[in-house]
Amino acid sequence: MVTQTKQSHFSRLIVVVIAFVAIQTVVGCLSGQRQFQYYARMAYLIEINIILTASLALINGYTGQFSLGHAGFMAIGAYTSAAITTIMPKILTGASLDPSTFLGNAGFVCSVIAAGCVAGVFGFIIGFPSLRLRGDYLAIVTLASGEVIRAGLRFSNFLGGPRGIPGIPPFTNAAYLGLFFVASLWMMRNFVYSRFGRACIAVRDNEIAAASMGINVTFQKVSAFIIGAFFAGVAGALFAHMSRYINPDNFGFLKTLDVLIFLYIGGSSSIAGSIVGAGIFTIVPEGLRLVNLESWRMVIYPLILILVMRFKRDGIMGDRDFSFLVPWKYKEMVLKRTL
Amino acid sequence: MALFAVHDLTHFFGGLRAVSGLNLSLEKGELVGLIGPNGAGKTTVFNLITGIYKPAKGRIEFLGRDITARSPHAINRMGIARTFQNIRLFHDMSIVDNIKVAARHEATYGIVTSLFHPPGFWKTEHELDVYCRELLAVFGLDKKAGDRSSSLAYGQQRRLEIARAMATRPSLLLLDEPAAGMNQSEAADLIDTIRRIKDTFGLTILIIEHNMHVIMKVSQRIVVLDFGETIAEGSPDDIRTNPKVIEAYLGKEDPNAA
Repeated sequence: MVTQTKQSHFSRLIVVVIAFVAIQTVVGCLSGQRQFQYYARMAYLIEINIILTASLALINGYTGQFSLGHAGFMAIGAYTSAAITTIMPKILTGASLDPSTFLGNAGFVCSVIAAGCVAGVFGFIIGFPSLRLRGDYLAIVTLASGEVIRAGLRFSNFLGGPRGIPGIPPFTNAAYLGLFFVASLWMMRNFVYSRFGRACIAVRDNEIAAASMGINVTFQKVSAFIIGAFFAGVAGALFAHMSRYINPDNFGFLKTLDVLIFLYIGGSSSIAGSIVGAGIFTIVPEGLRLVNLESWRMVIYPLILILVMRFKRDGIMGDRDFSFLVPWKYKEMVLKRTL
Repeated sequence: MALFAVHDLTHFFGGLRAVSGLNLSLEKGELVGLIGPNGAGKTTVFNLITGIYKPAKGRIEFLGRDITARSPHAINRMGIARTFQNIRLFHDMSIVDNIKVAARHEATYGIVTSLFHPPGFWKTEHELDVYCRELLAVFGLDKKAGDRSSSLAYGQQRRLEIARAMATRPSLLLLDEPAAGMNQSEAADLIDTIRRIKDTFGLTILIIEHNMHVIMKVSQRIVVLDFGETIAEGSPDDIRTNPKVIEAYLGKEDPNAA
């Protein structure tokens, strides 16, 4: 741990916050103009992917449970929120919620939180029986669960069936995204720096020792799974109101695969890893498209993966976090003892 | 009434009878040694007691309650803690975090608190930190508290395991070969530490050990196991001269050899 003063910690944190607010404001202002719309969407997508990746990090990285069904939770979130802002209001009043009214916005915020909660419930339903399995078996069961969710949505005619839900109002803007992005990362960071975060790492390191030290291993795994599912649901809700159209095939195994790549490239046991992984790997494919190398995407993308895994097996960030992500009180506790 | 008792404990690995009709009872404050040749079933007994294996037959009682086949974390929460023969520390964590994981009595906040870090959260965490470092000091490990546990020397890793077990506030401590891989002075140190924690915390201890010097010095009573059965029980002096024990360790004298 590098020695650092309280002043330098908070000045760095303030710089990061100001930079973030500035970027978010610029993106928000430019998003209205047609020629910048694409870039604004990219910025939004990066933030959504970071939430998604960090939520998977809680399960796959910190708790060490290899889950392959994360897109399923995202789908649950996306559909739940779209049902609240689009389908139900259309049935009741004939129109979806209006982004220009206060009621519409309140409905959207509620729908995002509801999306997280419903995804969390599904996290429990899937996690409770399957987290007793280990390694490959868990991977297969979660993979199957994700596909069951997708198939289920294809058959749910009241949710649009295979054609999905069109005409979702564009609630996701720079302000909402900034808010949910910061709140989600803050809460996940807090979880990691608590006794539950430590217990998750203990379970990953040595399950038998953890159980023998009084940790309820199943409870620990299931709670990490539920919290991961919750934030995946939030990310799904934000995604639905950004893309304005969702269908079940948005949330297939390939989506999970994308998130897994973000996670392991960035570093699976740190929030910083999720930020770096999702940030870089959302930009890379789009960047290749801009320089007309899109057809080479599937060559370059795996090549980067192979190189990172060859030279940095723990991902770009490993288990290191950005300094501003570490709570000051935590640093203080460690510093006091090492000085 | 005994603090802890095992009745007719039996366990199989496939067709092999690993533990067979074991009876054992510990009074509060006792320090009992469990010895026997390799493969006698000692560690299996620990795994049965702590719920890692479910016994085929038999009953385990602790504080007057039946704890047979309960889950490991439930058994630990009732007050039985253990160390492992093949060290099982949390290698990715710092030394002090290893203790924090086990010290659940010192920090009992719930998941919602952990997500929001409300005021007072860091006070609890700070107190937990202080408690854990004090506990480490008892085992002479406080100087390196922030280092990774895997950076410790072998003997210190064994001490850390004991410290971690103590953090769960047990009333019965099971030590599985705590002196393995230690040199003579480290072992002497360990004997000292075991006696000290036993007196300070009013512990009852069951200890498996191959180092006869340690076991003879530290135990009040010794139980000898061979092929999953108790072959002898008594004071260290009795055990030292017991012909059955000598036979189990060294083999029978061939009457025709002379």
